[in-house]
Amino acid sequence: MSNIKKAFENGKAFLAFLTCGDPDLETTAAAVRAAVENGADLIELGIPFSDPTAEGPVIQGANLRALRGGVTTDRIFAFVKELRRDVKVPMVFMTYANVVFSYGAKRFISTCKEIGIDGLILPDLPFEEKEEFQPICRQYGIDLISLIAPTSENRIAQIAKEAEGFLYLVSSLGVTGARSEIKTDLTSIVKAVRQNTDIPCAIGFGISTPEQAKKMADLSDGAIVGSAIVRLLETYGKDAPPHIGEYVKSMKDAMR
Amino acid sequence: MTNPNGRFGIHGGQYIPETLMNAVIELEEAYNSYKNDPEFNRELTELFNEYAGRPSRLYYAEKMTKDLGGAKIYLKREDLNHTGAHKINNVLGQALLAKKMGKTRLIAETGAGQHGVATATAAALMGMECVVFMGEEDTVRQALNVYRMRLLGAEVVPVKTGTATLKDAVSEALREWTSRISDTHYCLGSVMGPHPFPVIVRDFQAVISREIKEQLLAKEGRLPDAVVACVGGGSNAMGSFYHFIGNKEVKLIGCEAAGRGVDTFETAATIATGRLGIFHGMKSYFCQDKDGQIAPVYSISAGLDYPGVGPEHAHLHDIGRAEYVPVTDEEAVCAFEYLARTEGIIAAIESSHAVAHVMKIAPAMEKDKIIVITISGRGDKDCAAIARYRGEDIHE
Repeated sequence: MSNIKKAFENGKAFLAFLTCGDPDLETTAAAVRAAVENGADLIELGIPFSDPTAEGPVIQGANLRALRGGVTTDRIFAFVKELRRDVKVPMVFMTYANVVFSYGAKRFISTCKEIGIDGLILPDLPFEEKEEFQPICRQYGIDLISLIAPTSENRIAQIAKEAEGFLYLVSSLGVTGARSEIKTDLTSIVKAVRQNTDIPCAIGFGISTPEQAKKMADLSDGAIVGSAIVRLLETYGKDAPPHIGEYVKSMKDAMR
Repeated sequence: MTNPNGRFGIHGGQYIPETLMNAVIELEEAYNSYKNDPEFNRELTELFNEYAGRPSRLYYAEKMTKDLGGAKIYLKREDLNHTGAHKINNVLGQALLAKKMGKTRLIAETGAGQHGVATATAAALMGMECVVFMGEEDTVRQALNVYRMRLLGAEVVPVKTGTATLKDAVSEALREWTSRISDTHYCLGSVMGPHPFPVIVRDFQAVISREIKEQLLAKEGRLPDAVVACVGGGSNAMGSFYHFIGNKEVKLIGCEAAGRGVDTFETAATIATGRLGIFHGMKSYFCQDKDGQIAPVYSISAGLDYPGVGPEHAHLHDIGRAEYVPVTDEEAVCAFEYLARTEGIIAAIESSHAVAHVMKIAPAMEKDKIIVITISGRGDKDCAAIARYRGEDIHE
């Protein structure tokens, strides 16, 4: 049984995203600990990619800073192994298909298991292509997280039926990044999801304020926040971790 | 099994965000319903013939043939099409399809600017809105094409991310499509990206090989011994090869941009230096580092400056049906100058890569052999860059 469900056992879940190595791995470690201490229920660790086509400008910037800082897949694996000694909440990797494919899918996924990663989010791997990695993920007990978008419509049932870990509901059209308003009819999407699966679903893309987090968590099982956290790293650099802790607390408090 | 949709051997597929999946499915359904529709094909043929100026000439390059002293050389003159390149074939097809689908807005990426100009042209003709994404560096290298697109009523968005070249323009166009799908068609310019684009673009460009076959049969009563074309993403090459794939006696040769050489980092020769990967919606060969980070590629030619290659080319390479050879900047520039002086034809620097390879192989071939080179575009746009390469600073 998936470790990821533990993230959804303490009421509405807050899922925090950061890019590994932005601006360096020491800061990432401190930021993860600050987020967890302040109530983050699951950590999404981004492995940077040179051309992140699903990201808006903020997370694109994080990817570039991290790569410029010299992180590699191997260095991130070593970093997570170390982090796992004291960070107990579920952790998943978020990256692009080529990062996994190029490392060797079996080698990448078996290492995930070894270092204590619970799942994998690949935004450029839709339902039709998941067989690329899913058999190996199953073999090693890593959940391959599925995404549902505002345009999924008739695809929701098939995706939800085969989903593992949690379902990532994309709140809006477009790329990642803060939005002043989320207009998608998420209520009916969540309803369609619930008819097809019991696994939790969390909403991400465009969430930055405590009000939005509460609204999204009320509609689903949790809120995923990336760009707003990355923005703090962009602004404060190595000094970002306490700001991230404070921010996560404000978001988690609003969701209770 | 991964999605068998749009696979060429192990290559191709649909590696895109969930948000775009219904858009590509809708596109595939629309394409399948129109591709054999007589009315659609009548309209497209009329656009090809009356607007774009097809069929393009198959010209016997007699002086070049005699000068090289070997195989007989024909030039397939896609440079004579309206807008000056083969890109118009695909764009007229996709714009017509998009219009039938009820779309009112076209977005496109462009490298050298030829595909952007073609898309802006089709949008103007069909009364559609048009936004073209172009790497900022390319907007400088190809300033004249930026002006042409604006003159045609398109908005040109300079892309500043990454290496600010073609791959970043593709990424940005994909991002834009994710945010606005209902009224927008992404008019992808090459035989790449997620299925069904590699099939659609190939089919619209296949008019090139269909015409070469007919024209050469009329002139020589036989098929050529080799067809040679340049390859970035690979649309003019795929169009030039397609109807010859079943004719095993016809050699198919794709010329990649080697930039400063395949033994340097300043190259864009994907098949020579890349390895298997997943990017921009497809599995294919890509220039990348050991961690799968896409490499910043280089070529003097903005149109070939792409780190990947279309999945059908990757497959033709795997099965040995086509041969892919690297051609350097220096070789291409020499060929650019050679064709201008020998035949009075200023070919695009992209196409000059194919000319350069033929200059190497033709002399060693028998005089009764026939080579067809696809001149994919005209070279006016390149004159300032070539002058700079030769140390001369001219202003357009």
